[in-house]
Order: sequence, then structure tokens, then C-alpha cells
Amino acid sequence: MIEVQRLTKRYGSTLAVDDLSFRVEPGRVTGFLGPNGAGKTTTLRAMLGLDRPTSGRVLIEGRPYEEHPRPLAAVGALLDARLLHGGRTARGHLLGLARSNRIPDTRVGEVLETVGLASVARKRAGGLSLGMSQRVGIAAALLGDPRVLLFDEPINGLDPEGIVWFRELARRLAGEGRTVLVSSHLMSETAQTADHLVVIGQGRLLAESSVDDFVARNSRSYILIRTPEPDRLRAVLMSEGVRTDDGPDGALEVSGTTLETVGALAAENQVTVYEISPRTASLEEAFMRMTAGSVEFRANGDTAPMPEVAR
Amino acid sequence: MTTTADAKTDTPAAGPGRPAGASADLSVGLPSAMAGEWTKIRTLRSTMWCLALFAALSVAVALLTGFFMGPSLEGMDARERAKFDPLSTGLSGLRLGMLALVAFGVLTVSSEYTSGTIRSSLAAVPRRFVFYGAKLLTGTVTACAVSLVVVGVSFFATQLALGRPSSVGLTDEGVPRVLVCAMLYTTLLCVFAMGLASVLRSSALTLGILIPLFFMLSTILNNIPGVRKVAQFLPDAAGDVALYQEPPSGTVLSAWSGMTVLAAWALLAAAAGYAAVRRRDA
Repeated sequence: MIEVQRLTKRYGSTLAVDDLSFRVEPGRVTGFLGPNGAGKTTTLRAMLGLDRPTSGRVLIEGRPYEEHPRPLAAVGALLDARLLHGGRTARGHLLGLARSNRIPDTRVGEVLETVGLASVARKRAGGLSLGMSQRVGIAAALLGDPRVLLFDEPINGLDPEGIVWFRELARRLAGEGRTVLVSSHLMSETAQTADHLVVIGQGRLLAESSVDDFVARNSRSYILIRTPEPDRLRAVLMSEGVRTDDGPDGALEVSGTTLETVGALAAENQVTVYEISPRTASLEEAFMRMTAGSVEFRANGDTAPMPEVAR
Repeated sequence: MTTTADAKTDTPAAGPGRPAGASADLSVGLPSAMAGEWTKIRTLRSTMWCLALFAALSVAVALLTGFFMGPSLEGMDARERAKFDPLSTGLSGLRLGMLALVAFGVLTVSSEYTSGTIRSSLAAVPRRFVFYGAKLLTGTVTACAVSLVVVGVSFFATQLALGRPSSVGLTDEGVPRVLVCAMLYTTLLCVFAMGLASVLRSSALTLGILIPLFFMLSTILNNIPGVRKVAQFLPDAAGDVALYQEPPSGTVLSAWSGMTVLAAWALLAAAAGYAAVRRRDA
């Protein structure tokens, strides 16, 4: 279990994380979503004590990360694919980490096997592809057989096969009762891996719910209508209590009604229509709408405007 | 950190796939962190090369100096001969070789920052004091052990090459003191380099400062009469005083006070390095 408690991190004048609180429960994969620059990586770094919070704290299994007697057995983290020294082999890198935590050397071979890198274990990291480096990072995270796993943008650089492999790995780890947090800026990808979602924007919590709830709430269905007489149709629909929104290219979007109702109303009132079609906004659109909202909200300057956004 | 506390947190938390045998104290402390640091040094070619270069340069120059100084001593008059210090001559290679040891100290620290491995290292050993202490101690012990061998070999190589009449023996007056000081000299300069690298984080910047300082600036400044009053207190110059059988003229420092000044520099750099490691985000 991870508990982020009123975490705030400021770099100079930039507020990277703003009074953020949430929990990550064991036994399921939690997706950590937000656009680039939302504060995901900063939050993950604060979990590991790499960044000192300006205020607030993070508890891992009930205590700050530094207080764990064997840190790698508490948390395994993949922070950045390029955290390898180009002159060191994957095996050498993992050996150093293992010995610092009294993890037997044999475990290094095991995790390299798990991530499918046994054959390149003795190759210098400078010659590894991004995907392979990413797998070394995942191997490092698994080294201490940890109860909590943090993966920052793990599918970066992985090929489609690797992505499927990672998805299964994350689910298996969660299935074993571990806490698994996977950050991403891709909603659709995360929805396939995660059971639960934490969405942040501008360093603040935007949503925290199960993936199913999030989909049900945010994948909005609506009816798209293209007509040369939008004003007349809008008035007709309004008189029946149906609210219209403006869609792209002068089209109308209505929700909370059926295709049949809209068609019948148009015929009754002799409004010309070119198209009446059912539409479903993708999860990605829902996510973008949600995070874009957070930017607008901040730009209006309701509370503590971000200088670079306000400008 | 007691065993009971560790056992308590380890056992119920063991959960998924934890192998049995958690009763032993497996917590991360200085010894395990040092084991990790030693592995990091050993698995990196650049740091190992620096150590090899330190040994090779020092011994080669020591051997050459002894070899060429021996015959030329024949032609000297008594006064020149009295000024000849066979011990210091034998350590001349160390003055060149120590640059490689300084590079070793710098790379041990800065390679973590330039490659980004500092983040995985600190994730493995999150307590900054333990992390920094382990890194500094491992580097120091390594530098000290290698220096012990290099100083010893350099000494015997020179004396052997010098030949019987001019050479000194291990038990001659002042010899053990100079050899111990020589070992401390290279080790403390390495500590100084590690401390500075922890503050600056960049290999290029740290070496860019240290190489000119140790290789040229200190020598140049110490040859300008007025400036020498201050320049003799620079780390390498202060330590250098201890490398002679008789303290060189024109310095207020003696062998041991010179060593103390160098040790103070090393301690200052190490403390500054710790302040930087503790305070800054990684």
C-alpha cells in the first residue's frame, strides 16, 4: 500500500505537485495518469525519497521509504530506461544493486531470465536498445521481490510483444497481492492494464476511481447531427427538453435522447438534416477533456495561478 | 536497528514469494552498501583502468628515475650528493600517477550522476548518510590498498635501480615515515577528489579543476616566492612536504603538519560532499 499524504513539491517557482493525496491499494494494478508535466514522475520520485517534498509525505507499507530495513524488498522501481551506465553490463548493474541489499547473486540471473535478457546479460549497456534497457530496469525492480512496484512509463521503447508481456507481468504481480503502480500518459493503454486509476493534472488529483467507473462516467455517448438549420433544430430540441452542444464544423451534439426521437422531431418540424448518427467519445478524448480542464481552471487563476500558464 | 525490529517487519510482510530464512538480519547497513559500491567500482572499466594507470605510471617512473639517477650520481660532487634524496626520487612517479588515482576518485562519484545510476543507487540505499558513507569509505579503502602496494613497489623499484651505495633501506631513518605519508598522501588526495565530485557532480568539471590544480597550478604558485607563503597550504603541496627525508626548505610546514593540512582539506571536501548529497534532490 502506498499513501500519498498532502504531497507538495516546488522547484523554484514551479509547483510540480500541489497538495496531492491518494492511496494505492495492493492486489490490483493502479494506473497513474496525467499529461506530460502533470507531476507523475515527481510524485514517484518523492515515493522513493529521491526528491525531498516541500511539504507532505509518502508512506510505503505504513512508513517512509528510508525507514525500510531492506529498501529493495519493500519497493522495486523502474524510473527511467536510461538509468544504466553505458560501460557496465546489465549483470554488473544488477549485481551492485543486489549486493547493496544483501540479495543473493543468484537472484540476478533469475530476474534477467524473467525479463528475457539472459542472453545479453554480459553485454555492455551502451549497446542495448531502449526496449532492452527498459527490461533491465524492470529486472532491477523485481530484484528484491518487493511488495510494492512502481513503473514510470514502462512501455516506452517496448515493442508490441513487449507491451503485451509487460501487461501480463503487471497483472501477475498484482495477482500475487503486491501493490503495482504504472504511470502513463496514454489513457487507452492504461485502461487495458490497470484495474484502478489515479488521474492527475497540474500536480493535482483530478480523478480516482476504478477503470470501469471511469469508462462509464467518461466515455460519453451522444448523437451527432449535421443540418443547414442548426438554430431552428436547436430550438425544436430545446422545446422538448433536449440540450444541444456545438460540435465540430457547425454540427450539433445531443445526449440524453434517442436517435428515433431526434429523427421524429426533425421530420415533424420539417428541418433538413444531412446526418444523424450515434457517437461514442473515446477514453483518450475523455482523458484529454479532463486534463485540459485542469489547465483552464489554473489559467483562470481561481487559486494560486501557475506563472507559466498564466503568461 | 535491532534484529527483533527487523524480524518483525520482514516476516509478516514477506507475503509473495519471499524465500524462507528472514530470521537473519538482512537489513541494509554500511557493510552491504559498501559491498554494492565495491561491485560498482569493479564492474566499471573506467574506474579499474584508472587504478591500473595509477600503478603503472607510478612504478614505471620510479623505475626509470632510479635507473637514470644511479649513474648520474657518480659525476656529482659531495655537496650535490648530500642534497640528493633517494627516497623522494623514488616517489616522483607517485606525483604523476596520483592524477590517475584522483581521476578514479572523481569517476567513482560522478559516473553516478552523469549516467543517472544515482537514482537506482539511492533507491537501493535511500539513507543518504549510509549511501555517501559507503561510497566514500569504499573509495578510500580501495585507494589506500592500491596506494600501499604502489608505494611499496615504487620504493623497492627505485632503490633496486639506484644500486647499493646511493640507495636506502626500509629500516633507514625516516624511511618508514615517508612511505606511510606517501600512502596517506595519495589516499587523502583521492578523498578530496571524491568530496569535490560529490559537490560538483560532473566529471569534466571536477577533473577540469583538479588536474590543472594538482599538475600545474600548485607547482607554479609554489615557485613564486611571495605566493609560496599561501600556496604551500594547497592540498597537494602541503602533503608533498612529507615525501622527503628532510623537509624541503622554504616551507613552514613539517612532514606531519603538512599531512594534517592535507587531511583537513580532505575532510572539508568530504563534509561539503555530504552536505550536497544530503540536501539535494537526486
